[in-house]
Amino acid sequence: MSQVTNILVVGIGGQGVMTATEILAEAAIALGHDAKKTEVAGMAQRGGVVSSHLRFGSRVLSPQIAPGTADVLLAFEAAEGLRWQHMLRPGAIALVNDSRFVPPVVELGLFDYPTNPVADMKAAGTKVVAFDATTIAQGLGDIRLGNTVMLGAIADHLPFSADDLLACVLQRFQKKGEKMVDLNRLAFAAGRAAVGMVEASTA
Amino acid sequence: MAAVMPAPAASRILMSGNEAVARAVWEAGVKVAAAYPGTPSTEMLEVISTYPDLYAEWSVNEKVSLEVAIGAAYAGSRAFCCMKHVGMNVASDALMTLTLTGVIGGLVIAIADDVGLSSSQNEQDSRYWGRFAHVPVFEPADSQEAYAMTLAAYELSEKHQVPVILRMTTRINHVKALVTVGARQERVGAGFKKDPSRFVMVPGNAGKRIPLMFQRDNTLRAEAEQSAWNVIEPGSDKRVAFITSGPAYMHVRESFPDAPVLKLGFSWPVPFEKCRELAAMADQVVVVEEVEPLVESELKAQGLKVIGKEILPLQGELAPPVIKPAIAGLLGEPVGEVPLRIKPAQVFPRPPTMCVACPHLGVYYTLSQVRNLNISGDIGCYTLGAGHPWQAMDTCVSMGASMGVALGMDKGRGESDKDKRIVAVIGDSTFLHMGMQGLLDMVYNKANVTVMLLDNRAVGMTGGQDNPGNGRDIHGEEAPRIDFAKLVEALGVKKERIHVVNPYELPVLFKTIRDEVKVPEVSVIITDQPCVLIKDYHKLKPYEVHEDKCTGCGNCLDVGCPAIHVTRRGKEVKASGREVDLAFVRIESSVCTGCGLCVQPCAPDAIQHYAPVSPIKLVTKGGCSA
Repeated sequence: MSQVTNILVVGIGGQGVMTATEILAEAAIALGHDAKKTEVAGMAQRGGVVSSHLRFGSRVLSPQIAPGTADVLLAFEAAEGLRWQHMLRPGAIALVNDSRFVPPVVELGLFDYPTNPVADMKAAGTKVVAFDATTIAQGLGDIRLGNTVMLGAIADHLPFSADDLLACVLQRFQKKGEKMVDLNRLAFAAGRAAVGMVEASTA
Repeated sequence: MAAVMPAPAASRILMSGNEAVARAVWEAGVKVAAAYPGTPSTEMLEVISTYPDLYAEWSVNEKVSLEVAIGAAYAGSRAFCCMKHVGMNVASDALMTLTLTGVIGGLVIAIADDVGLSSSQNEQDSRYWGRFAHVPVFEPADSQEAYAMTLAAYELSEKHQVPVILRMTTRINHVKALVTVGARQERVGAGFKKDPSRFVMVPGNAGKRIPLMFQRDNTLRAEAEQSAWNVIEPGSDKRVAFITSGPAYMHVRESFPDAPVLKLGFSWPVPFEKCRELAAMADQVVVVEEVEPLVESELKAQGLKVIGKEILPLQGELAPPVIKPAIAGLLGEPVGEVPLRIKPAQVFPRPPTMCVACPHLGVYYTLSQVRNLNISGDIGCYTLGAGHPWQAMDTCVSMGASMGVALGMDKGRGESDKDKRIVAVIGDSTFLHMGMQGLLDMVYNKANVTVMLLDNRAVGMTGGQDNPGNGRDIHGEEAPRIDFAKLVEALGVKKERIHVVNPYELPVLFKTIRDEVKVPEVSVIITDQPCVLIKDYHKLKPYEVHEDKCTGCGNCLDVGCPAIHVTRRGKEVKASGREVDLAFVRIESSVCTGCGLCVQPCAPDAIQHYAPVSPIKLVTKGGCSA
């Protein structure tokens, strides 16, 4: 089962984690791969934890990524990146949206939100690229673009080209008009640039 | 859902198991499809309803859905029904006699087992229904098989005039994988032909059908022995051979690529000869099945030396991280720690929450403020009321159970419950599913219970499906709408004990509940505001917190709305000398929809309508901004 790529996308119900993973799956399929996508999600539509697994390659058997074998972790929220970092194989990278979604159980004082999840990940030895996809999306005028920012962020960490992924992203928005296509093109580029900048500065 | 143009034959599409079954149902020429929503089965019927040329319905419960399918199959048409695992408990009364009559048109029942408990109250193994009801069971291992087995199941169903169970699990229903689809077959039903000896199951007739059922078992087992769905894959690693089915097959294949494997696709009746054939191919045989030892027990009863639940868990999924160490242990190899570079981090839990502005927030906030209640709950979004901050639900058993359990709590009061008030909480769809009978029982037996009937006009937890309470059918088109107040009155609740209340009006809700729990008979309080996720809900102007006025009392946090966030915490020493914790808050105005629930408990009036600061400030001559 060599040559299977494992992408783990995590976040919170309602953030678009499952849609992002589906677009990644479509891109892999368009390039001739077999692919399976699965969620380990409880009642995720109600603000719960979502972790979406994508495996692609010549033939995929089990749809689940085993702990310690993910090739990339794409985290839509900081603490969720920390929660799932153990899924990464040694040396693999975590791309983390460093913005916080604090749940009611924390607001009620029952649990603490980690002071600095990204620092905790780095302290554990994980290779982390953190950026603020939420602020980038807001800057582009629509927080819903965060999903495309995240896809841009992972674009240079896949075994296929960023343009192949971008084509699949834009295809989703064809029906919504040219303006939406252009906005998503910008969002994708912004996510890609954000990760590129962090990597350049730490290289 | 609206009809769409089905993809042409030979298309290769990324489909979930549910979508794949739906496609096959359409291709098989099914005429009638019925279901009650339930995770992880819901999307099957949702997607079926988008296909043309068939009748699809949301039924009020699983038993009715199966009966609808039975009627169509008796009439010679192909029929389909699906449900989550616990749904078959409800439908089983029909199933256990259906197996005697058999079918004319093909009938496939897809049962979705929530292995791993993603959204269920228990974990069941629906393959036992195959054994119990003497009907064949198919177990797909991915979307392509879910598609192909559904088609095969209709052929088998008609060949042997027997209903067929398609046993799926969450890891099949919700996994997306590639499926190559085919063309639709047009079918015309034969029509119903009267045959009382077969279709009227009275003792005299049923007694004659029972031997036929057992005879059919033998025929089906012979068919399973020959079935192309039960395949032996030889392997060079002769230490252990595996007998496995469903998603566990993929996990076994992934973990032990060179081991001999018998993949059971047509898994009931168990093909014993094939299992014996496999057993001869290796030193040991391990049965890997989710979740109970069904095949294992059958094989052991046949005298086969197999290993199963001695080394594998009786709960949850059998993924590679579970199977590999179990087999290593069996072979006496070092099991070893999972070679994790990093230990899983201890991060706060993120349990599912109610939505921003959910009408249930008002109900649970109020229930949490009324003292001395025992609250029997039910199944739906409102089950979350058992959690923080409300902790206002004390039991959850099965669909509709809030009614009977409340009655039993009332009649079975212990010394400590003598002065307790009993409240039952149930949603609109759950009430129509299986709650009505319980309410009737309470009225008939003179219960002292207050029922909260939370009518949010949708099956909320499964995604807001339509039901008889909201006046829309499965296609979103107009349908007769049930009037809950009239319905409960017809069930015998006194008119003066029925109240329809807006759950956002907390003082009214509080007073109504407080008054009704004091009345020693059955009261029903109906809340009437829609689920925030359906089109009936209309957003209002959002709120914000005026920081200078917020005293940090934290009352608003008790509402439990996820739009309220703590900005800083503090402590205050009261005049009495008691130290209290303070939590100063803000409202995430971008998600607040202005329900106003948090405004009501806010003592200092710090929560007011959001007044966005204009991004462009025009500076006038006088220096004032406009």
